[in-house]
Amino acid sequence: MSVFTISALELIIARRNMWVATSVILMGLFTAVLTLAGGAPTGTLSVDPLTIATTSITTLSVYLIPLIGLLLSFDAIAGEAERGTLALNLTYPVSRIEILIGKFLAHLAVLAFAIGVGLGLAALLTIWQYGPADLSFTPLVKLFFTSLALGAAFLGIGYLVSCLVRQTGAASGIVIIIWLVCVVLYDLGLLGALVADDGGSFTKTIFPWLLVANPADAFRLINTPVASVSVLASGIGAAGGASGLAGQLTSLLIWPVITLFLAWLAIRRIEL
Amino acid sequence: MTALMIDNVYKHYGALKTVCGVNLKVQAGERVALLGHNGAGKTTLIRMILGLTPISSGSIKVLGTVPGSRLARQSIGFLPESVAFHGALSGREQLRHFARLKSITPRMADDLLDRVGLSDAADRKIRTYSKGMRQRIGLAQAVLGKPKLALLDEPTSGLDPISRHEFYDIVRDLANAGTAVLLSSHALTELETRTDRIAIMSKGKLVANANLEQLRQNARLPINVKVTTTPDHADRVAHELGGTRVNGQSISLTCLQNEKVAVLGQITAFGEVIKDVDVTPSSLEQLYRHYSVDNQEGM
Repeated sequence: MSVFTISALELIIARRNMWVATSVILMGLFTAVLTLAGGAPTGTLSVDPLTIATTSITTLSVYLIPLIGLLLSFDAIAGEAERGTLALNLTYPVSRIEILIGKFLAHLAVLAFAIGVGLGLAALLTIWQYGPADLSFTPLVKLFFTSLALGAAFLGIGYLVSCLVRQTGAASGIVIIIWLVCVVLYDLGLLGALVADDGGSFTKTIFPWLLVANPADAFRLINTPVASVSVLASGIGAAGGASGLAGQLTSLLIWPVITLFLAWLAIRRIEL
Repeated sequence: MTALMIDNVYKHYGALKTVCGVNLKVQAGERVALLGHNGAGKTTLIRMILGLTPISSGSIKVLGTVPGSRLARQSIGFLPESVAFHGALSGREQLRHFARLKSITPRMADDLLDRVGLSDAADRKIRTYSKGMRQRIGLAQAVLGKPKLALLDEPTSGLDPISRHEFYDIVRDLANAGTAVLLSSHALTELETRTDRIAIMSKGKLVANANLEQLRQNARLPINVKVTTTPDHADRVAHELGGTRVNGQSISLTCLQNEKVAVLGQITAFGEVIKDVDVTPSSLEQLYRHYSVDNQEGM
C-alpha cells in the first residue's frame, strides 16, 4: 500500500514540476514533426508509411527517452536527502525499497503517458495522411514497449546516481554525462574501433555484443525493421543480426532490472 | 509503561565517540527535555532511537521493540531539527500523505491542520509558507495519529512567542493523552515550566537526568536574594548581611539552599527597614551551564 501512496504523491509532484507537460510536449512535438516530414520524401516508395515513421521516431527516441528518464529520476533520492524528508519518511512505517519502487512506478507512468501520446499522435497523423488501410500497427506497439523498457533502464541509472551522490546539483551533472556517453560517445567509440579494426575479428565477434550491451543500441536494433534496413537504416542493422532479437530483448529487459537492483543496494547503504 | 528505554548505549564513528554509555527512560505521559551543546550527541541519540543510525553497543527499546521495526515506527512521531517539504505540494497534500503512510484516515490530517492553525493556508503550496508555517506542518506530522512516543528535535526554532505557546499546549495535550515526549531545545527558559524532567548531555555522556528541583539540590548552586531597604539603612543592612549594594536602596546577596531559611530570618529581623525581598532560585540556564560546562572542564 505504501508503494502506491508514494507513487500518488510523486505523480502530483511530477505534474506540478511540469515534468509531465515537458515530456509530453517533447515527445508529441518531435513525433508529429517526424511523422509529417518523414513521409514527404518517401511518399511514393513501397515501404509502409508507418514503418518510416517508427524508424524516424526510433532514431529520435534513442536520444529523447534516456534524457527524459534521467531528468525524472536524478532528483528522486538526492532531493529528499537534501531537504531532510528522506530521513523523515524512513521514520514512517515504510521501507527504502518501497520508496524506490513507489517513485519508479510514478515516473514510469509519466514516461508511458508521454510515449503513448507521442506514438498515438504518430498513428493518427499517418492515418490522416494515408488512410487506415494496409497499415501495420505492430511496429508501433513494439516501439511503445521497448521505449518504456529503455526509459526504465535510465530511470534506474538516475536513481542509482541520486542515491550515490545525494546532492541534486552533482547528480544532475553526472546524469548528463551518462546520457552523453550512452547515446553519443559509446557509438562513436565503437565506430572508431570498427574503422581501426578494418573488418577484422573485432568487427565480427566482439562488436555485435558490445553494441547490444548498450540498451540504447539494443533499442535501436529492435526497432529498425530488418526488411527495410537496406532502404532506410545504416549498416548497424547488419551487425545486429549476430546478437539476434533474443540478445537485444535480453539487453533491453535486463538493464532496468540491474540498474534498479543497484539503486536498491545504494539506497540501503545510505546512513542518515 | 516505559515508552522508551535506553540502556548503556554507545555510538562511535571510528575513534570518534559521539554517544557514551547513555541510560535514559521515558514513561508514557512524561515530558523529558534533552539538553546539550551542539555536538553533544543529542541528534545522534535521537537517530538511534528512530533506527536511522545503527547502535554501536547497548540497547534501545521503543515500546518493547527494537528501533526501526514496523511497530516502533508506527508508534513514533518525529520532528526533525530542520525540516523542509517539497515546495510543489500543499500543506494538506503533504500531511494527508503522511497520514496514509501511517494508515490514518485523511480526516485526522485535516483536523490537525486546524489544530496547528494552518487551516487557511492548507491548500497553498508549501513553497509560499513562512519558516514558522513549515515548522507547524512538521509538528502536525509528528503528532499525527497520537504517537506513543514523540521525538521533537529543536521543535520551537523559528516559531514566534505565541506559536511557541500554542506548541507547548499541543505537547501538553499529547502528554496528557499518554504520549511519552522527548524534546531537545536550546530555548531553556521555556522548558522550565513545561517539562517533567530534564536530561543534559555533554560530550556524548548523560551528565544529569532529574526534575528541576532535584537538579537544583544536586548542583548546590547559590540562590540569589535581593533585598530592598529604606534609603537610610541600606549601608547598615548590606554590612550586616554581607551583601553588595546594587543601587541606592537594593542589596544583592547569595546563599546556598540549606542556608536560605536562616538568611530570610536574618532579613525579617530588621523589621520596618526592609521594604521587599526577592528570592530567585538558580535558573535552568545556570543549571545547564553548571552541568554541561563544569562537567566538561572536569573531564
